[in-house]
Amino acid sequence: MLKELRPAFVVLIALTAFTGLAYPLAMTGAAQVLFPRQANGSLITRDGAVIGSALIGQNFASERYFHGRPSATTGADPADATKTVPAPYNAANSMGSNLGPTNPALADRVKADLETLRAENPRDPVPVDLVTTSGSGLDPHISPQAALFQVPRVAKARGVNEGVVRRLVEENMEDRTLGLLGEPRVNVLALNLALDKARPQ
Amino acid sequence: MTSNGLIQIALFCLVVLVLTRPLGGYMTRVFAGERTFLSPVLKPVETLVFRLGGVDASREQHWLTYTIAMLLFHAGGFLLLYALMRVQDLLPFNPQGMAAVAPDLAFNTAISFITNTNWQNYGGESTMGYLVQMLGLTHQNFLSAATGIVLGMALIRGFSRASAQTVGNFWVDITRCTLYVLLPICVVFTLFLVWQGIPQTLGPYVDAATLDGGKQTLALGPVASQVAIKMLGTNGGGFFNANAAHPFENPTALSNFLQMVSIFALGAALTNVFGRMVGNEKQGWAILGAMGVLFVAGVAVTYWAEAAGTPALNALGLSGGNMEGKELRFGIVASALFAVITTAASCGAVNAMHDSFTALGGMIPLINMELGEIIVGGVGAGLYGMLLFVVITMFVAGLMVGRTPEYVGKKIEAKEVKMAMLAILILPLMMLGWTAVATVLPSAVASIANPGPHGFSEILYAFTSATANNGSAFGGLTGNTFFYNLTLASSMFVGRFLMIVPAMALAGALAAKKTVPASAGTFPTTGGLFVGLLVGVILIVGGLTFFPALSLGPIVEHLAAAAGQSFGAGG
Repeated sequence: MLKELRPAFVVLIALTAFTGLAYPLAMTGAAQVLFPRQANGSLITRDGAVIGSALIGQNFASERYFHGRPSATTGADPADATKTVPAPYNAANSMGSNLGPTNPALADRVKADLETLRAENPRDPVPVDLVTTSGSGLDPHISPQAALFQVPRVAKARGVNEGVVRRLVEENMEDRTLGLLGEPRVNVLALNLALDKARPQ
Repeated sequence: MTSNGLIQIALFCLVVLVLTRPLGGYMTRVFAGERTFLSPVLKPVETLVFRLGGVDASREQHWLTYTIAMLLFHAGGFLLLYALMRVQDLLPFNPQGMAAVAPDLAFNTAISFITNTNWQNYGGESTMGYLVQMLGLTHQNFLSAATGIVLGMALIRGFSRASAQTVGNFWVDITRCTLYVLLPICVVFTLFLVWQGIPQTLGPYVDAATLDGGKQTLALGPVASQVAIKMLGTNGGGFFNANAAHPFENPTALSNFLQMVSIFALGAALTNVFGRMVGNEKQGWAILGAMGVLFVAGVAVTYWAEAAGTPALNALGLSGGNMEGKELRFGIVASALFAVITTAASCGAVNAMHDSFTALGGMIPLINMELGEIIVGGVGAGLYGMLLFVVITMFVAGLMVGRTPEYVGKKIEAKEVKMAMLAILILPLMMLGWTAVATVLPSAVASIANPGPHGFSEILYAFTSATANNGSAFGGLTGNTFFYNLTLASSMFVGRFLMIVPAMALAGALAAKKTVPASAGTFPTTGGLFVGLLVGVILIVGGLTFFPALSLGPIVEHLAAAAGQSFGAGG
């Protein structure tokens, strides 16, 4: 057993150096050269300031913007650092709700959201993704139906024709990858940026 | 369930099958020490490591020496990782100034990573600095995966050799596995993942002034290099708390697809290595076939259950399946498929929150782990787990016809059956034993998030996942408490090492045996009858052991949910 100590020590140190330092550092260097935008978080800037990442959802509460899915992320309570309070789309603390299918807290939350949404658009059925939280709490996407559902509200808040807003939604729809993988989707941040751009103010 | 969903599932199976043979051939050559296309670059590195370590690559070890070498190696890895976490506040590459990790959490995490479990009682982006993520966690992702593979190789050599005293050299195997198999694939995979959008930087978190007038702190880091090995090595420990659901760990449907493929790739290839080394590739395909039957059945149930949705929400007029805890870019099918894959293998990465799955949808991942993750399984571990069941199956078949069973030319006798049973019985002891203890301790029950049978499922899932070295969770359970940190660590340790020792003893015993030629009375182990018998034995052993516990958790929850019942706090 003692004669296994030397190889144990040397092999451990060598493989640690290869896999724990050389590999991640070399990959960081290569990624920064080959794909600098993605490697640094796919950041979006407007007027020189970082306004977010193309891959990470943001919290939209204003009537004038399309809203993302509900988010279950939390943050430290500013009044008491030992407690947490809801902080939707906190990208430094990703999490889901972890509510189980028979927990009444889930059905109660969904019921309350449904009432709000049905008051806002009584015409269309509420798409399921608008009342369920995502796994990360940072989902950047909603379904095309969920975007179209919000068109009347956004158009009214901006005082523009619904057709104009609807056309922007359609321009921002993405199909399944290669027509096959994943689900059709709309990136909420990209759509809202397009909205601002089409009609500043 | 949609036709597109079924096509996505079929495409996944097809890609894994296509990769099995070429990867199996490559790995066979690597472990036999033959030249490969990477030898010109890697051979000098390998030689240098062996020279410094005093390793004679031509000298093989007895199974006991091999096992001791493995344990020593892990003891060193454990100390290194524990120490890194305890003093991370003093070390470089920590732009967020993360504090030293608490002793019980550091203990749990160190055990978690050396056992290939990667249970996360910590939130990655809020606990670990970049140096710990790289030097501690990424590094252990490699080494625990390589360990699984080389132990699988040792057992394969046990079956393929005749009258041999040795099963290989641990130092040679672990070095070659890391250098020739894991690192090269990870280099390519990392670049692919960065291209898809996963960050790879040492810079600090970025503050963004959001469109709607808020502030958002974007957690970044050297993510892609860790995600690549976390998947390929069936480790599953996320860089971020939300794991592969986080858009920075799994940004697109395509990254998701290849992450799923990479979970199964090496495990499936090892069945082919087995077939090649025992001299008949069909032996490998038969084992992969049995795994495939169980896998497809599991996917069908979970996909159906998730697509059908939660009765309580459907009653409110919603349709479109259970999207609570799922990401839109993956949808129902890629989330359900991922959940079954990650628990069939001992990966434990999640792209959706299993705690929010329907009762039956969440039961399949639980069953996959309870069976010991033998459906492709953890790299290496899945194969040796499956071979243990093969030993039991051949024993049962031998009893039926009254003949000493033999498998790939080896007589299966009392010692082999005892070792296989020992390894198989260790798992339920930890899974069910600790669950029973936790459910009677008020402080442990206080950790559950969802009342009623679902809360019981949370506890059962935690100990099952830990023992099976999976690492996924019903995440509502608050696991970062003194009780869970220690009991889960003990489950992970026992589930890994007390399964390895009998498996290695089996390898040694088999290697020492003579090979007997097949005769007219030999039960053929390459056909449908063998696959059916193997699947049957697995389901009977698993069913007898776990049905009572499952009926207290997911089964009763499913029936209650269908009847419109819910379980409130204090109810």
